[in-house]
Amino acid sequence: MSETSDLLRATAERLFADHLHKETHEAAEAGTWPAALWAAVEESGLAGAMTPEAAGGAGLEASDALVVLNVAGHARLPLPLAETMIAGHLLGRAGLKVAAGPLTIAPAAGGAFAARRQGAGWWIEGEAARVPWARHAAGLVLLADSPDGPVLALVNPDQVSLRPGTNLASEPRDTITIAATLDAGVVAPSPVDAAGLRRLGAAMRTAQIAGAVRFLLDLTIDYVNTRVQFGKPIGRFQAIQHMLAVMAEHSAAAEAALGLAADGLDAGRPVLVAAAKARAGEAAGQAAAIAHQAHGAIGFTREYDLHRASRRLWAWRDEFGNEAEWQRVVGRAAVAAGADDLWTFLTAA
Amino acid sequence: MSLSFAPPPPSPAAEALRAEVRDFLKREMPDLGPRDRLDPWSNWDESFSRKLAAQGWIGMTWPKQYGGHERSAFERYVVIEELLAAGAPVGAHWIADRQSGPSLIRFGTEAQRQAILPRIAAGECYFCIGMSEPDSGSDLAAARTRATAVQGGYLVNGTKVWTSGAHRANFMILFCKTDAKSDDRHAGASQFLVDMQTPGIEVRPIIDMKGGHHFNEVVFKDVLLPEEALLGKLGDGWRQVTGELAYERSGPERFLSSFALLVELVRAIGPDPSDRAAEAIGRLSAHILTLRRLSRSIAGMLEAGQDPAIEAAVVKDMGNVLEQEIPEIARLVIAAEPDLGSAEGYAAVLAQTVMSAPSFSLRGGTREILRGMIARGLGLR
Ligand SMILES: Cc1cc2nc3c(=O)[nH]c(=O)nc-3n(C[C@H](O)[C@H](O)[C@H](O)COP(=O)(O)OP(=O)(O)OC[C@H]3O[C@@H](n4cnc5c(N)ncnc54)[C@H](O)[C@@H]3O)c2cc1C
Repeated sequence: MSETSDLLRATAERLFADHLHKETHEAAEAGTWPAALWAAVEESGLAGAMTPEAAGGAGLEASDALVVLNVAGHARLPLPLAETMIAGHLLGRAGLKVAAGPLTIAPAAGGAFAARRQGAGWWIEGEAARVPWARHAAGLVLLADSPDGPVLALVNPDQVSLRPGTNLASEPRDTITIAATLDAGVVAPSPVDAAGLRRLGAAMRTAQIAGAVRFLLDLTIDYVNTRVQFGKPIGRFQAIQHMLAVMAEHSAAAEAALGLAADGLDAGRPVLVAAAKARAGEAAGQAAAIAHQAHGAIGFTREYDLHRASRRLWAWRDEFGNEAEWQRVVGRAAVAAGADDLWTFLTAA
Repeated sequence: MSLSFAPPPPSPAAEALRAEVRDFLKREMPDLGPRDRLDPWSNWDESFSRKLAAQGWIGMTWPKQYGGHERSAFERYVVIEELLAAGAPVGAHWIADRQSGPSLIRFGTEAQRQAILPRIAAGECYFCIGMSEPDSGSDLAAARTRATAVQGGYLVNGTKVWTSGAHRANFMILFCKTDAKSDDRHAGASQFLVDMQTPGIEVRPIIDMKGGHHFNEVVFKDVLLPEEALLGKLGDGWRQVTGELAYERSGPERFLSSFALLVELVRAIGPDPSDRAAEAIGRLSAHILTLRRLSRSIAGMLEAGQDPAIEAAVVKDMGNVLEQEIPEIARLVIAAEPDLGSAEGYAAVLAQTVMSAPSFSLRGGTREILRGMIARGLGLR
């Protein structure tokens, strides 16, 4: 992280402030695709942040790209920015053409695809549940098993059938089914296996969680400094102060987790990504609970902005692996290192 | 306002040092059982302190003219975290190295620095902290111990309590009142550099609940301190004390106190963990990884001359929560009745941890005081 990331942070903050309004949120929650917002994001080049330069992207390191998603999480951005970044990154690395428009990746939460060569092209079939934003994607990047090893396929929306669903934050999570022949030009050996894809997703959600937790902290600080009960702002009550202190700690931990995730991706240390999602997932639940408690009933309304972050946090902490799943990954690696090398394991650069 | 923790910059020099420290520990680490590795900065071993000094690992960041080594905060960080993780007995010189020495560098006179810093860096001069009193714990500003200006110096009367290591330390940095009339609770206090051999100082042991003698009551009865004992400016004591907090609260000792138990827990679990055991170890490891990142980030801010007192409180409070969770989680993963006398490493270190844990969120500022500070830092009044 560097000057680049400061610049990216500022760019993303300005972009979302200019183009993301209350009406945009409400329309997105009602199921309308925020086309103007997407156009602005695409125009800015942020969607291709992790796409290799050779494939027309910005080719940023994960540490920089995750900063953008952190800002997106803070803004409660109702767009598949994370998914488009991952898709562009994988397509570019696989040497495939990166499609324009919003993209998504699958499988994200269970399901599988199988591919095999058929004539000059490929046959692919399978199903995946809860694919992020599938119904709005201009292209879907599927990771499939094949006799040659894992392959990546870029498929068109009209090649899949789709059953709509949503996560707790009303973000599309659709089940997709495919049985189709594909041109050889849209299939290539995959640069990641299923675990690698899950890790990328976990790192992205970690960044988004850290952003949404920070938003909740900002919102709640403002609220407790203005809401008056018993003749004074509730932020003067020690019980409330201590709740906010704990929330700030979880926010700091989530931001640190984002840093671990970035290091983990950039340095190829999968355990760091696992630790990051495990810690951020914990922060998500704790921060949401405190924010709601400090807000009282107003925070429980559709009108007030709090739920846009808390519902996302409750969804995101379970996407691409919950805390227990990633804790097991870290725990098994720690135990494999052994008691006498536990510290070496924790400090490995 | 949210707090900001810049990512710790890479430090190749510090990583090179890590290997050196590990080699040293392989050679020179005293032969300790697991329970003696717990909370290592409470364990006093002067010969070990001198060995560290011979390596140049005390006063590492201080100017060479005072016996220091002018290394970076990150190099020091690597050394202390390696020592703590290994459970090395660093208690004798810990306070002097962490905060008394740096205070002397910031506020001391040239004569005070020359006289004392080289001895600390040589591993042969130890400090204690005289802040708490019977009627003034969290409310430090309520301290009643008083130094009155007299012919030839200051006359000190009062009682300090919970003073760790006072029975072995060469010096105390004493916080006391110097101006009775001041209305401002924070004005009228000063710090003194007190030679523990000064006549009139009586150190009385206080036995802790584990049966150990670690802290003390220190009674000052007409103790005459020379004028040169004043540390920093008269009346600036409050500002000077609060300036030390980031050093005192942000280090790895604030989340590694129970690390020895985690090590024994991993040993007891063995190579084929249940899901539950893997989740427990994974969770605790993830917390250590994030805390370490935050703590190193603060080392960077200190190196850059900032005063991250609020960020330090965040690390200490979260770190103390973790240190206290470790025994609570461990005992449910690997069942054993905690037993100080057990030959089993795990049962013994579990016992030691359970009984030490309450102090983690008291010493160095209680959980409630830290959370209050953090809330003020967030803009709550
Ligand atoms: C192992 C150990 C070693 C120590 N070593 C030293 C040492 O070397 N030198 C030294 O000077 N001191 C030392 N201390 C003392 C330590 O700094 C004090 O224990 C600490 O500051 C709290 O003071 P107290 O014990 O008087 O508790 P109190 O201040 O009386 O607090 C009792 C309880 O009340 C709470 N409380 C107090 N004020 C508030 C408030 N405003 N809002 C909400 N809650 C509040 C506290 O958080 C705590 O839970 C040591 C303590 C321990 C346990």
